[in-house]
Amino acid sequence: MQSIISIKGIEKTYAGGFRALKGVDLDIRRGEIFALLGPNGAGKTTLISIICGLVNATAGSISVDGHDIVRNYRQARATIGLVPQELHTDAFERVRDTVAFSRGLFGHAPDAALVERILRDLTLWDKRDAQIKELSGGMKRRVMIAKALAHEPRILFLDEPTAGVDVELRRDMWGLVRALRDTGVTIILTTHYIEEAEEMADRVGVINNGELVLVEDTSALMKKLGTKELTVLLAEPLAALPPELADWRLELNADGRELRYVFDRHADRTGIPSLLARLRDLGIAFTDLNTRQSSLEDIFVSLVSDRRPA
Amino acid sequence: MNIQRINARGIWSIYRFEMHRFKRTLWTGLAVPVITTSLYFVVFGTAIGSRMTEINGIDYGSFIVPGLMMLSLFNESIFNASFGIHMPRFTGTIYELLSAPLSAFETVLGFVGAAATKATIVALVILLTANLFVDVRVEHPFLMFAYLVLVAVTFCLFGFIIGIWAKGFEQLQIIPLLIVTPLTFLGGAFYSIDMLPEPWRTITLFNPVVYLINGFRWTFFGTADVAVGISLAATAAFLLACLVAIWWIFRTGYRLKA
Repeated sequence: MQSIISIKGIEKTYAGGFRALKGVDLDIRRGEIFALLGPNGAGKTTLISIICGLVNATAGSISVDGHDIVRNYRQARATIGLVPQELHTDAFERVRDTVAFSRGLFGHAPDAALVERILRDLTLWDKRDAQIKELSGGMKRRVMIAKALAHEPRILFLDEPTAGVDVELRRDMWGLVRALRDTGVTIILTTHYIEEAEEMADRVGVINNGELVLVEDTSALMKKLGTKELTVLLAEPLAALPPELADWRLELNADGRELRYVFDRHADRTGIPSLLARLRDLGIAFTDLNTRQSSLEDIFVSLVSDRRPA
Repeated sequence: MNIQRINARGIWSIYRFEMHRFKRTLWTGLAVPVITTSLYFVVFGTAIGSRMTEINGIDYGSFIVPGLMMLSLFNESIFNASFGIHMPRFTGTIYELLSAPLSAFETVLGFVGAAATKATIVALVILLTANLFVDVRVEHPFLMFAYLVLVAVTFCLFGFIIGIWAKGFEQLQIIPLLIVTPLTFLGGAFYSIDMLPEPWRTITLFNPVVYLINGFRWTFFGTADVAVGISLAATAAFLLACLVAIWWIFRTGYRLKA
């Protein structure tokens, strides 16, 4: 496995004594989409800020593409694009100028064609000569993404990319992230939206209280912890579960109007067809069926609560 | 491009960004020095100058020109440089500067270079404006310009420090208004310190601005209240102190990084 970012024993204690990170070790693979998942204040932004040079770590080391972020900060930073969580933009600069500025800041020669392509990809081309202050919040976020892409980074950090973003921008952003990944860009995003991690990421790292709780392939995580449940809405309430249904370990809910069946969705035999056949044999009529899959959210909540000191 | 040694494009980008900011306010930026210089000449030149025709054999109107230029140069340098670095801190766009492959030296070079350029231009505009009122002779034009640039760079470094130290826009004004302007007025911008009675003359010698103004005045008239060598040494000492402070700021991340 080839890692593009290697984080070793990173700790951060802020001046006030708050320990934001408590010894984080993490390897990011080249070309993957990695989601850093955690509640507010878990340490996601602090970790990203340390990698990008915005915050000094208290202890530990990080290398980016083999370059130590302190000793060889030029090489390390040159490969990184950062889109912070907050909307930090100039007010009076024009869209095209601010993107060109970012490119120059990272030491690249001007490239009008590239800037045009980035602006078109982000549907900012019509606004290229507008002052940033004239733009809406969503447009400003697009500008920040354009700035981060202006120096053709090999690694892109998106800190809460879709927080407070409309549906259209969210969809565009996901499309863009996938397109970038296809060109070999490694993407690290932080989020507290589980769906985002589930939908986008190859791997998920869960961070809570400054500790990395787990790192796992998204699909493996879902497989490992993912259960599914079937709810059968009955036509007539049952007083008790008939003994003939004991094999399925059902729950009788909602005053006997609902049967709940939890099963492993990856098992070869889910037991659903036989359950439905048995219900018919017993003359139990039902009006509706409902299945639900446990989301990363359920997994996350159970992980975080498991770790909470008793 | 090779950015291993020096990120020249990065420096140039900051410099251009800052110059572009000045260009947006070009007319007010130039009208202010022209109008204030004219006002000084109306007040000092006409009202006082008629009673005080000569200082050390120099026509009073000409005598105050270096002081006027220095006064504006101090204020412009501090204001441009402090605002330049304070603004990204205020808006949060500093994240981009901190995450860029730029050394502290390169960042400072971009900001201070642009601020010093503008301050120098303003000082030269004042010189041109003064020429409308009086004949200004400049004995050492090349040294005059070099000294102008040296002082501009020094005060821009000082302004850069203020811009990082300040917690808000009102704090940007404190040092220029409460320290630099009074020291300039008391530092012989409009008179020769030889005109002062003791002990004021001796006390005035502890005012660092005296050395800056007199060094600059020497490049105009070949004479000054203090030896030009001492003036240069004082300017260099201040420059060095600012450089050390900035080196410390970037080393510790003071008010830049958490």
